[in-house]
Amino acid sequence: MQSAFSTDTASLARIRKELVREQRRVNLRRFLHNKLSVVGFFIVFLMLLLAVFAPVITGALGVDPYTSLGREMRLQPPSAAHPFGTDNVNRDVFARVIYGARISMTVGFFVGLFSSLIGTAIGMYATINAVWDNILMRICDGLKAIPNILLAITLMAVLGANMHNVILSLTIVSVPGVARIARSQALLVREQTYIEAMRAAGASRFRIMWCHVLPNILSPIIVQMTFTFATAIISEASLSFLGAGIPIPAPSWGGMLKEARSYIYNGWWMVVFPAIFTGLSVLGFNLFGDGLRDLIDPLSGR
Amino acid sequence: MKKYILKRILTLLPTVFIVSVVVFLLVHLTPGDPAAMMLGDDATMEDIAALHAKLGLDDPLIVQYIRWVSRCLQGDFGTSTAVIGQKVSDMVFSHFRPTLCLAIYSQLITILLAIPTGILAARKRGRIADMITSVLSLLGISLPSFMMGLGLVLLVAVHFRALPAAGYKDLFTDGLLPFLRYMTLPALSLGFIHAAYMMRMTKTSMLEVLSSDYIKMARSKGVKEHTIIGKHAFRNAFLTVLTVIGQGFISALAGAAVVEKLFTIPGIGTLMVDSIEKRDYQVIQAITLLIAMLNVVINLIIDLLYGLCDPRIRLE
Repeated sequence: MQSAFSTDTASLARIRKELVREQRRVNLRRFLHNKLSVVGFFIVFLMLLLAVFAPVITGALGVDPYTSLGREMRLQPPSAAHPFGTDNVNRDVFARVIYGARISMTVGFFVGLFSSLIGTAIGMYATINAVWDNILMRICDGLKAIPNILLAITLMAVLGANMHNVILSLTIVSVPGVARIARSQALLVREQTYIEAMRAAGASRFRIMWCHVLPNILSPIIVQMTFTFATAIISEASLSFLGAGIPIPAPSWGGMLKEARSYIYNGWWMVVFPAIFTGLSVLGFNLFGDGLRDLIDPLSGR
Repeated sequence: MKKYILKRILTLLPTVFIVSVVVFLLVHLTPGDPAAMMLGDDATMEDIAALHAKLGLDDPLIVQYIRWVSRCLQGDFGTSTAVIGQKVSDMVFSHFRPTLCLAIYSQLITILLAIPTGILAARKRGRIADMITSVLSLLGISLPSFMMGLGLVLLVAVHFRALPAAGYKDLFTDGLLPFLRYMTLPALSLGFIHAAYMMRMTKTSMLEVLSSDYIKMARSKGVKEHTIIGKHAFRNAFLTVLTVIGQGFISALAGAAVVEKLFTIPGIGTLMVDSIEKRDYQVIQAITLLIAMLNVVINLIIDLLYGLCDPRIRLE
């Protein structure tokens, strides 16, 4: 008992460690309590696994997303050998769907990552400099006035359809949203007493920004990242569906749906499986993001 | 009120300016020489240089921008590079009606579906209506509109053969019934995502209003429940819903590209996607600019309506 009140640094550190651990336990319990966010987490985990181990999974079943299985295997309904059936050019739909996870997850990951990095940098910089704040935020307003999917289509039309450009244009589309969030969060943090204390102690703006503001705005940005991930999956699928995204024959879910569109009367499996996987992964990321958001701010979203 | 309107319009100017610059630069920075593309492969260097001079492509960027803006303000968006001699404004205009009809129809469906369910969910918290709303809004957020569309086509058109899977009938030339037969599936797939969102917003803003003091006062006075909901609560909750309707209209116009392509409707979305293949950048530029400006205008109208309905906002 006495040691808890003593001021020696060793026991203080121990108490702090204990508190941090307790907080983590509480957070984990709260996250697990929300069943939907656990479901979301598992979907996300599964999709990432599929993306990473796509060659292993399809290799074990002896199927491949690109090779034609021969004329007699055209538009075959699901069977034991080909659980999702075969498509109009005699390819195994299961292998294509699994490889499609790879494309979607790659696009989602990089768009989430890049837009968070760039958006955070812009948002934080805007809070330092009033002139740039005005300019940057007006540019963000202007970009946001063009509906996302339209801006993405236009960018893809100009840049040309390939995977790098999909990531680039979806990042451009997502940055203004992240910048807004980073800016408003940084403004909130800057009003806190500890930042004032740092300023009084003579810390440079740069140091305050990087060492004190940034760690405190990270959680909302990470939450936003999961939502950006989800929208990037939808947008990539939409772009590929329109033929402005990832070019065929790459097995992207949107591209598969574009081809399936013509065979909707005699090959429902070509439509259903890529559609289910797209919807499921978007749902997963949304649920996971909701769970994370409730952790940070239990009052939101109610 | 006049002062409020003026202030609103003034704050829009920077946004309009940025949008125009972005749209201008987007197309201006396209790889390839537009003059060379217009003339085709067998053009000589002199021809290209002459067209350059004629189109003013050698002028500084800012001069070109100003010229472009002043032309746009007069309704002249240039000529198509794919269809020779066709004016872009005519192309966009002739494709605009299907998109507009579809957007309005999908918004009507959305409003009729979402607002009553949202109110119901707010009144009966934790009951079935509430749960359905939650599940639907989750689904609505997670399903892209074209997947919703494909699902509807599979179920309604392919399985039950109740409605046609694709095609377009015009409201004015073909009549109401064919229009409804062909447009209901596209309108549903376009509106579903938004219906879910609108449902959720109606529910939360109704809940907020219903827990306020004046509603408690009305209840304790013995005012009938439907008078409270219809007359006192919904009127106040409607402001939030109004914003959502405005956003929905814009996303119906913007999301049209995907749904129109899916149902082969000859609207501006289809025009835009076809223009990508033809590298007809003028058309893409005009459509993007048009919808962004519509977005700005609709947001302005909503802001003004807000000011009209709620005097507190005007004084801010």
